[in-house]
Amino acid sequence: MVNLAYFAKKIMGLVFTIFLVLSFNFYLFRILPGNPFTLLFRGAGLSSQAMHDLNVQFGLDKPIWYQYVVYLRNTVVGNLGISYQTRAPVSSLVAFALVNTLILLSVASVISFFVGIFIGIVAAWKRGSKVDVSASATMLVLYSMPTFWLGIILLFAGVIYLHLPVSGMTTILGQTGALPQFIDLLRHMVLPLLTLVLGLTGQYVLVMKSALLDVFTEDYMITARAKGISNRKLLWDHGFRNAILPMMTLVSLNLGISIGGAIQTETIFSWPGMGLLIYRSILARDYPVMQGAFLVVTIAVILANFVTDMLYPLLDPRVNSQ
Amino acid sequence: MSKDGLSLKDEAAYSRTKAYLKSVVGFWNVYRSNRMGMVGLLILVFFIAVAVLAPYLAPYDPNQVFASELLQPPSWSHLFGTNEAGQDLFSQVLYGSRASLTVGFAASIIAATIGTLIGITAGYFGQLPRELLMRFTDFFLVIPALVLMIVLASVLGSGLTGVILAIGLVGWTGTARVVMSQTLSVKEHAFIEASRTSGAGAIHILRTHVLPNVMPVVFAQAVLVVANSILYEATLTFLGLGNPNQVTWGQILQFAFISGAITTAWWYVLPPGLSIMLVVLGFSLTGYSLDEIFNPRVRKI
Repeated sequence: MVNLAYFAKKIMGLVFTIFLVLSFNFYLFRILPGNPFTLLFRGAGLSSQAMHDLNVQFGLDKPIWYQYVVYLRNTVVGNLGISYQTRAPVSSLVAFALVNTLILLSVASVISFFVGIFIGIVAAWKRGSKVDVSASATMLVLYSMPTFWLGIILLFAGVIYLHLPVSGMTTILGQTGALPQFIDLLRHMVLPLLTLVLGLTGQYVLVMKSALLDVFTEDYMITARAKGISNRKLLWDHGFRNAILPMMTLVSLNLGISIGGAIQTETIFSWPGMGLLIYRSILARDYPVMQGAFLVVTIAVILANFVTDMLYPLLDPRVNSQ
Repeated sequence: MSKDGLSLKDEAAYSRTKAYLKSVVGFWNVYRSNRMGMVGLLILVFFIAVAVLAPYLAPYDPNQVFASELLQPPSWSHLFGTNEAGQDLFSQVLYGSRASLTVGFAASIIAATIGTLIGITAGYFGQLPRELLMRFTDFFLVIPALVLMIVLASVLGSGLTGVILAIGLVGWTGTARVVMSQTLSVKEHAFIEASRTSGAGAIHILRTHVLPNVMPVVFAQAVLVVANSILYEATLTFLGLGNPNQVTWGQILQFAFISGAITTAWWYVLPPGLSIMLVVLGFSLTGYSLDEIFNPRVRKI
C-alpha cells in the first residue's frame, strides 16, 4: 500500500530543505568582508572605474533580491561560478571530485555496516563477556581520536611496514591494462578505506547492539523462547529482523559524519575527492569552490536521506499505518 | 526571631543552602561509585592542571627557536623532541592544552545556550513552535557538520574565535532534542499545572520549574559536547582554519603534515594526537556517567 499523504509530506519537506540550503549558501558568502573582486584579484589595486565596470558586468550593482534570483537560476542550470585559484568551472571540479568520494565512501560504508552488524550481534548476544567489553573499549578509543590523526598513523605504518601507496588513487604513468590498473587502484584504496572503516564502524556496533538488546526485552521474544524455539532461530528470525530497521536509518543519518571522515581521510592520503577539494579551497581561500562543494555535498546528503525516508515504509509496514 | 537569633529570612536561606549542599554531597556519593566516571574525571583534572600550570611546567617558551636542533628526536633537553622549526615540542604540547580546553568549553557553552533555548521553547509552547523548531533542528542535523563548520569558520575569519563560533553554532542540535523531550515530560507534572492555575506566567514557570529540572540533563550533554568540540577544533585547525601563530594540538599536527615530517618524525605526531584522544576520552566518560545519573531513560540500558 502506498500512502500518498506520507510521500507528499516528504516531498514538501525535501523542496523546503533544499530551498533553505540554497538561500543559506547565498547569504553566507555575502557576509564575507570585501568585494568578490578584491578577493579575486588578491588586492591588486583596481581603479574605481574598473571596479564599477566589473560590478555592472557581474550584476553586483543590482538589488540583492535580483542577485538572489540570478543565483538560483545559475545554480539550477549547474553554473556554480569559477575557481579563484585555477579559473576552472566549479561545477566540473565538483563533479570530478564527487565521483571519487562516492567510490571511497560507498565501499567504506558497506564494509563498516556489515562489520558493525557482526560485532554488534556478538556483543549483544554475549553481553558483558570479554568480547563485548573489549569491543566497547576499542570503539570508545577509536571514537576519541581524530580521524585525520588515525590516518596519519596508518600512513606512517603504510610507508614503513606495509609498502603500500599512500597518495592519490593511481600510480602516475604506472600500469597499463585493465586488471593491473584495477589492482593499482585497490592498493591505493587500502589505507584510506581502513581509516574510514575504523572511524565509522563504532556507531553501527553501538546501534546494532542496543537495538538487539531492546528487541530481546519484547514480549514476542519471551513468547518465542517459551515456545522452545532454538537460540539460533530466536536470534535470526525474531531478533535480527526487527533490530535491523534502526540500522537502515542510521546509514543515512551517518552520511554527514561519514563525509566528515572522508574529508579528513582524503586530505591525508591525497585522494582526489570532495575532501581534498575542500581542503585545498581552504588553504587558497578559494570561496567559489568552497561554496560549490558545500552546496553539492549538502544536497547529496539531503537526497540520500530522502531516499531512505521513501524506502522506509517498504521495510517497516508499521510506518505507513501512522 | 528564632532561637539562634537568625531572622526567618536568614533561616530560610540557611536551610536552602543546607539542602543544596546535601544534594551536592548526595550526587557526589552516587558519582563516586561510577568507575568509568571517576577515570574520566581524573583525566580531566590532570589536563586542566596542565593547562593552568603550563607556564610553570614548560621548560621553554613554546615559540623559542633552537636553530641548531631542527627535527631532533626526544632527548633529555627536549623530552618530546623538536619540530622542523627547532621548537621544543614538549612545551608546545603543554601549552596546546590551553587552546583545546578553551575552545571546548567556549563552544560547548554556546551550544548549550542555543540548545536549551530552542529545546525549552519547542517543548513548552505547544504544537506549532515545536513543529517549526524541530524542522529547523533536523535541517542542522542533516547538513554534514564538519562541512558546515568549515564554511562558517572560513567566513567568520580564521583563528580561535571563528573556530569557537563555528563549532558552537553547529553543535547545539543534540542538546535541543534532549531538552525538548525533558521539557515535555516536566510539563506534565502536577506542580506545573498548580503553578499555572495559581496565576504564574510562562516565564516564571520556565525559570522556577522547568529550567531547574532541565539543567542536569543540559550539563551532562554539555560535557559530551566539549568532547566533540575538542575533536572538531583539532580537525578544523588541522585543515588550515586556525591561527598559525597560536600553539594548539591541531596546529602542531598541521605543521607536521605540511612539512612532510609525518613519515619520519613519530615524536612530532604521537604526543599531540594522544593528548587529544585522552582529553576527549576523559570528557566522554565523564559525560556518559553524568547522563546515566541524570537521565533515567539512559540508565536502564
